[in-house]
Amino acid sequence: MGQAVSNAAILQAKLWYYQRISAMVLALCVSVHLIIIYIAVQDGLTANEILGRTRGNWAFALFYEIFVLACFVHAPIGLANILRENIQNAFLNRALPLLLAALILLLGTMAVVGVVWGQP
Amino acid sequence: MVSPYNYYMNQSILNVKVWRGTQDGGFVEYKVPRAANQTVLDVVTYIQRKLDPTLSYRFACRVGMCGSCAMTVNGKARWTCRTHVAKIADSDTLEIAPLDNLPIIKDLATDMTEFFDKMSKAVGYFKGEQTRHDDFAMVKPDSEERQLANAGIECIGCGVCYASCEVVSARESYLGPAALNRAWTLVNDERDSQQLDRLRAVAGDAGCHSCHTQGTCSERCPKQIEPTAGIAGLKKIVGRAAVMGSKWGKL
Repeated sequence: MGQAVSNAAILQAKLWYYQRISAMVLALCVSVHLIIIYIAVQDGLTANEILGRTRGNWAFALFYEIFVLACFVHAPIGLANILRENIQNAFLNRALPLLLAALILLLGTMAVVGVVWGQP
Repeated sequence: MVSPYNYYMNQSILNVKVWRGTQDGGFVEYKVPRAANQTVLDVVTYIQRKLDPTLSYRFACRVGMCGSCAMTVNGKARWTCRTHVAKIADSDTLEIAPLDNLPIIKDLATDMTEFFDKMSKAVGYFKGEQTRHDDFAMVKPDSEERQLANAGIECIGCGVCYASCEVVSARESYLGPAALNRAWTLVNDERDSQQLDRLRAVAGDAGCHSCHTQGTCSERCPKQIEPTAGIAGLKKIVGRAAVMGSKWGKL
């Protein structure tokens, strides 16, 4: 029992660490993202205009995939903490963060693929 | 000539609501004459000596050293022996209740067992490896660890932080600010030999990682200690030890 509690506690400590590191990455990504938005809207916001700049741009793809991965790590850990403090349901406490993680990874990566290799 | 004491005695009456009974009890109102430099503990003592000898409360040193006399005064946990009525009384009323987050024994006295047990659970005690035959351990006064330990070492165990903590209210197993602050001072004690056990004891939901960093403990600590800062230090050192290891080994 004592060892089991300790293992759970150490997992929580690890998750805290991963969330902290991903928060640092996010802080950087959000700042860069805001600058990109500011620059991107200078010449209008049509799909053709945006895709014209993003398509085939590997740097753009790499940056936004890192952004997606940081969200994929950060948000589900936070959701799990909130759930653990507010609802007493072992299944939901595990399932909802996993679902959120899967959605962020899938939808985020699809968005990156879409703007870099998609057709207008 | 009227002495200042008598002057204030005649000046006004304080309406004091005091919690009586256990968890199901309620407030009873007493009228206490105001006096110069009167502390909240003076008020409680007056009630017990002059108005109702059955009132139970706890105190010892009366000078802010022992940590016995903490109570909830006008909704906030305070050390009553060093709290002047004039500084906190809302007009002429005062409401005195036992500390929150602890079972009430009777009236203003709470059962502090859990509070002190959690200090032990957080491995909040020193254990060295040297014996009396060894030379003195040399700890540099200006080393970073010594400075960090200094910042938290003056805790008097009054329970004000524990009673003020929202996480303690919500989560029964949470060790609380005082126990974690104690653990933090020992993490910074280079002579201590049970660091990994301590890091394991303070990890996770029952330990430092469920602190919300709200800072009420730091705001109300009568000794101006900042448990929030110590807990932040623990979070970092425990998280890092779990993922990458520490100078004492991996968790």
